[in-house]
Amino acid sequence: MLAFTIRRLFEAAIVMLTVALMAFVLFRFVGDPINQMVGQDTSLAEREELRERLGLNDPVLVQFGRFIWNAARYDFGISYQVKRPVTSLIAERFPATFELALTAAFFAILLGIPMGVYTGIHRDSWLSKLFLSVSLIGISLPTFLIGILLIYVFAVQLGVLPSFGRGEVVRIGGWTTGLLTASGLKALILPAITLGLFQMTLVTRLVRSQMLEVLRTDYIKFARARGLGDRAVNFGHALKNTLIPVITIIGLQLGAIIAFAIITETVFQWPGMGLMFIQAVQNADIPVMSAYLLLVAFLFVLINLIVDLLYVWIDPRVRIYGREA
Amino acid sequence: MPETPALSVRNLRVEFPTRRGTLVAVDDVSFDIAPGEVLGIVGESGAGKSLTGTAIIGLLEPPGRVAGGEIVLNGQRIDNLPREAMRHIRGKRIGMVFQDPLTSLNPLYRVGEQIIETIRAHLPMSEREARARAIELLIEVGIQGAERRIDGYPHEFSGGMRQRVVLALALCAEPDLIIADEPTTALDVSIQAQIIQLLKRLCQERGTAVMLITHDMGVIAETANRVAVMYAGRIAEIGPVREVIKSAHHPYTRGLMGSIPSIEGTNDRLTQIPGSMPRLTAIPKGCAFNPRCPHAFDRCRRERPDLMPVDHSLAACWLVAPQSAEARS
Ligand SMILES: Nc1ncnc2c1ncn2[C@@H]1O[C@H](COP(=O)(O)OP(=O)(O)OP(=O)(O)O)[C@@H](O)[C@H]1O
Ligand code: SF4
Ligand SMILES: [Mg+2]
Repeated sequence: MLAFTIRRLFEAAIVMLTVALMAFVLFRFVGDPINQMVGQDTSLAEREELRERLGLNDPVLVQFGRFIWNAARYDFGISYQVKRPVTSLIAERFPATFELALTAAFFAILLGIPMGVYTGIHRDSWLSKLFLSVSLIGISLPTFLIGILLIYVFAVQLGVLPSFGRGEVVRIGGWTTGLLTASGLKALILPAITLGLFQMTLVTRLVRSQMLEVLRTDYIKFARARGLGDRAVNFGHALKNTLIPVITIIGLQLGAIIAFAIITETVFQWPGMGLMFIQAVQNADIPVMSAYLLLVAFLFVLINLIVDLLYVWIDPRVRIYGREA
Repeated sequence: MPETPALSVRNLRVEFPTRRGTLVAVDDVSFDIAPGEVLGIVGESGAGKSLTGTAIIGLLEPPGRVAGGEIVLNGQRIDNLPREAMRHIRGKRIGMVFQDPLTSLNPLYRVGEQIIETIRAHLPMSEREARARAIELLIEVGIQGAERRIDGYPHEFSGGMRQRVVLALALCAEPDLIIADEPTTALDVSIQAQIIQLLKRLCQERGTAVMLITHDMGVIAETANRVAVMYAGRIAEIGPVREVIKSAHHPYTRGLMGSIPSIEGTNDRLTQIPGSMPRLTAIPKGCAFNPRCPHAFDRCRRERPDLMPVDHSLAACWLVAPQSAEARS
């Protein structure tokens, strides 16, 4: 178990280093940072002096080492655009994205799993067919279209929910939350549905197909033959056996939710990291871009690590494998 | 007065409604099993053996359904019970053993958890009491170090050991009947005999009736008291095991036993029955066996024979009908 964890941590470190390399290459070779930072009238000597001060004349390897070292200490330099440390920009934006992504994920899981179980057990009921048709919409429509549709119906036509922004937020330490005010919660609804709909349908369909498969197995037949009740069979025995692939997908999708938040945040003008990233791209604000890249990659790796550890917790067969490895 | 049979099946009929008409997979099947008796069920693949067992325990998968007949367990009719009542019969009064012990147990739960869960579904016991009983059962089915192994997962057990666990599960509420559907087919040859012996001993000690479905005539010869031979959803012959094996009355049974004795009663060479069993969609008129039967005559193609008494058995063949002497000449 320990060896398993250590090996996973090691792999995670490799992935992070690779991403860091990409972020660094981006940082260094996309345009000249000096040009971004100074005005037209800066003299060549001044530019050279700045270049020297920023360490841009050092050997590439030294610069990469410094980049890693700084990133590991959570220091991504100064934004070209707003001339403030990137980390403080992220600190301002992260809570918005985090709350949005988490709400979307909860929406996807809390609705997707029961719908998947229901449609798996009651294959031919009309409600199952309704769920599946709705989920087809979720899969086939692009995110921005869903967002615009929701805005049109609930903000423009019905006027019951806001179409942009976070509403009122409460500041708790360094964290701003929209979860404590009515307007904040209302503002969260449409973006969270938009962001989570695809994942919800994915979870529904995955749980359904897994349930169908598991319900055919011998051990489910045997569980029934032992006289266990429907609840015990469907939830205790069947659902648990569907969890491994479901957790994998949910884990991967959690990363995707954070990454796709870019689109949703743009549609709803949600003041999160995705919107920050889009603005950074428009202004070639490379420190912000590479910080975003590293952060998203870090979240992906972290989630994967958690998923792997969850496997071990759920499936005793992996436990054995992990012990031997 | 004869004792009540543990299981009595009367004119059981299992149907599958399909788009192209109704398939009759089990047709007019009747038999009894006495307490402590082992009834072997044999027949080619697709004869309806498993479906008969599945129908008895009430686990037919829709659209399959019991379309007729009665199933009586220890005097109580069970084929028309409501769902919830039937659930309490399963596992408590009828235990089941499937073919493949590797897949019968849920891989994610400890062996003990699965036994305790089953015990507590049927008997009013605390977790502790159920655990103690589970350990007793595991010892009884011959698991070494049961106190320790009860906390093992199925993948930590060998195939033979898992089938012992499955036996413990089937027996955990002291059922009246055990349905064992090819309980040793998936096992290593070297341990098949042990498992069958164990099954037989445990059931005899308890007076549990056993419905033993198998392809293995050796197992039948050693274990069963009586045998039912199934063909295309019907019973072709049913009788005491020695009679069915040594001097079968139905030509199909004789073929199944691996040799076709000539009419004079002397054994010829060993032959397999030529041809194969008809599909459910194409069961021939008259005796379902007639296209493959070396003795078929006119009547066999016109009329379907019902089970008729002959010696200590019943056979569904015109050859054993009282007037068959003329027919044969
Ligand atoms: N869901 C179904 N729909 C239609 N026909 C079915 C269905 N399930 C089983 N059958 C048919 O019922 C017949 C009997 O099947 P059953 O499983 O009882 O055979 P069996 O005697 O146990 O054979 P085996 O020795 O291979 O286990 C087969 O011909 C099979 O094709
Ligand atoms: S009834 Fe006729 S066809 Fe059928 S087994 Fe007897 S002799 Fe053969
Ligand atoms: Mg079968």
